[in-house]
Amino acid sequence: MRKRALDTVFALAQQDERVVYIGSDVGQGTLQGFQESIPERFFVEAISEAYVIGMAAGMAMTGFVPYVNTIATFLTRRCLDQIAVDLCIGNHPVRLVANGGGLVYAPLGPTHEAIEDIALMRCLPNMTVLVPCDAEEMERAVRASLDWSGPIYIRIARGGESVVSLPERGFFIGKAIEVRQGEKLLIATTGVMLQTALEVQDIMARAGYNLGIVHFHTVKPLDTAWLANQLGPYSHVASLEEHSVIGGLGSALAEWLCENGDHKLKRFGIPDRFADRFGNQAKLLSYFGLDAASIAKELQAWVKPS
Amino acid sequence: MNSFARRCQAVRHDIVDMAESAKRGHIPSALSLVEILVSLYDYHLHFDANQPLDPDRDRLILSKGHGCMALYALLADKGFFPKAWCQAFCAFEGMLGGHPEERVPGVEATTGSLGHGLAIGIGMALAGRMQKRNFHTYIILGDGECTEGSVWESALAASKHKLDNLTVLVDFNGWMSFGPTQEVGNLEPFEHKWNAFGFATQTVDLNKEPEALVSALNVKVPGKPRCFICKTIKGKGIDFMEGNLDWHHKSKLDADEIAAMRQSLKRSEGHA
Repeated sequence: MRKRALDTVFALAQQDERVVYIGSDVGQGTLQGFQESIPERFFVEAISEAYVIGMAAGMAMTGFVPYVNTIATFLTRRCLDQIAVDLCIGNHPVRLVANGGGLVYAPLGPTHEAIEDIALMRCLPNMTVLVPCDAEEMERAVRASLDWSGPIYIRIARGGESVVSLPERGFFIGKAIEVRQGEKLLIATTGVMLQTALEVQDIMARAGYNLGIVHFHTVKPLDTAWLANQLGPYSHVASLEEHSVIGGLGSALAEWLCENGDHKLKRFGIPDRFADRFGNQAKLLSYFGLDAASIAKELQAWVKPS
Repeated sequence: MNSFARRCQAVRHDIVDMAESAKRGHIPSALSLVEILVSLYDYHLHFDANQPLDPDRDRLILSKGHGCMALYALLADKGFFPKAWCQAFCAFEGMLGGHPEERVPGVEATTGSLGHGLAIGIGMALAGRMQKRNFHTYIILGDGECTEGSVWESALAASKHKLDNLTVLVDFNGWMSFGPTQEVGNLEPFEHKWNAFGFATQTVDLNKEPEALVSALNVKVPGKPRCFICKTIKGKGIDFMEGNLDWHHKSKLDADEIAAMRQSLKRSEGHA
């Protein structure tokens, strides 16, 4: 997914002179083709994330569309003030392309695990938050980002995830994608948890459930029109995300449902604590109860089949 | 008083007028900036106030945003917006707040959170280079602001990129909120630091020679960003404010205090 995201930035740069790539001490060889063919718009800066956000803002104020790329935690936790003041107040078109969203860096520990990045970005006025589910959708997301007027946070998940998005469903910033219509119980996902939701659906179908799935690749602005018009068949909504239960998609849905719906809501996400285990992403997700079998079990205890 | 001094004195009166309208402000931090801003706006910056977004204009970022009253006085004087705006400083319906915002014509970047301006200025200077435009980018930092790490991250990058279209001016008035900058922040040897970070650095004493910056800015150094450390006085022109930390920020100015400021400014005119 990361490679596809960056390759798409390169493709956009070849057709649009406003596009600039700025990495912060990214891995050797990143976008070598970009560096060789358009060196004047390819920047790899030092481990100076706060500076990099300001630099990108200055370029955006002068007519460019910078794609800033480094590890998600360093972009969001470390640079929150720069993002708020330099990018969001002026609504400047900088794209934050964040590596390692969620628990991708499980072996490296909580300094590198972006479990609250969506929350931090979502609460900033003017910020848009995109969390695509696979490489194909990532390409559509990056292409859609080019002419969006304000700042965008684009969260990249692990590589090699299975492709489940469908090109015919398109990609429009702020528009949810209904993956499957069901009744009674709806799972709302963002990012690569869509794949997990599909596994959950397989398990639940065998137990007689007709699960609905909706994918919010855009967490902000939340597609409230979809919620207002499409929740009719459902009494229960479960949110599913590789993010803290505080401040992410689950919180966004809770905020909307509290004011507009009478649905029961259950939030599946990372509990409000830092990881105390390493291993790998799948193991850590499982440890936090975010594997398909655990989720299906909990859902079955929560809702009877329709 | 020569014409430069008279010009600076007029700006100081504008600052007091603004403080009077809002009954508040970072007055001493604005007063220390005046010679720097007059040197830039009257002698060096290329701009057209009727076209504040002209892509070829020079950029000036007031990174120490709390000194904004001095900037507003110059921008109004140059015609970027009506002088009446200054009389609504910090007012609910006003356009000019206690820190500069980009939506104000002539303000290049929203500042107030310290340590942001140099990085933004570098982005603008790099953008100018990519666009093959000849504009110059000036960034005014406070000396206290230079205790922000992001200033030095940015300083490293400015010299890495050999930005000779970028100039840093440090309003070195010697004071932070709590006390002298050297005690709170230990900046010295300051000029050596900027030199070591790759800047062509020069210290100018605007207390002894208020116009020194005007000619100093004529010297360009190919392949290097410049840094001018400008020795200034916090609260300059108002004797009871100079070096008096009680005045760093006031939020309830009364008529007697305003009158005392004007009297002090008048006295300083007599001495000059």
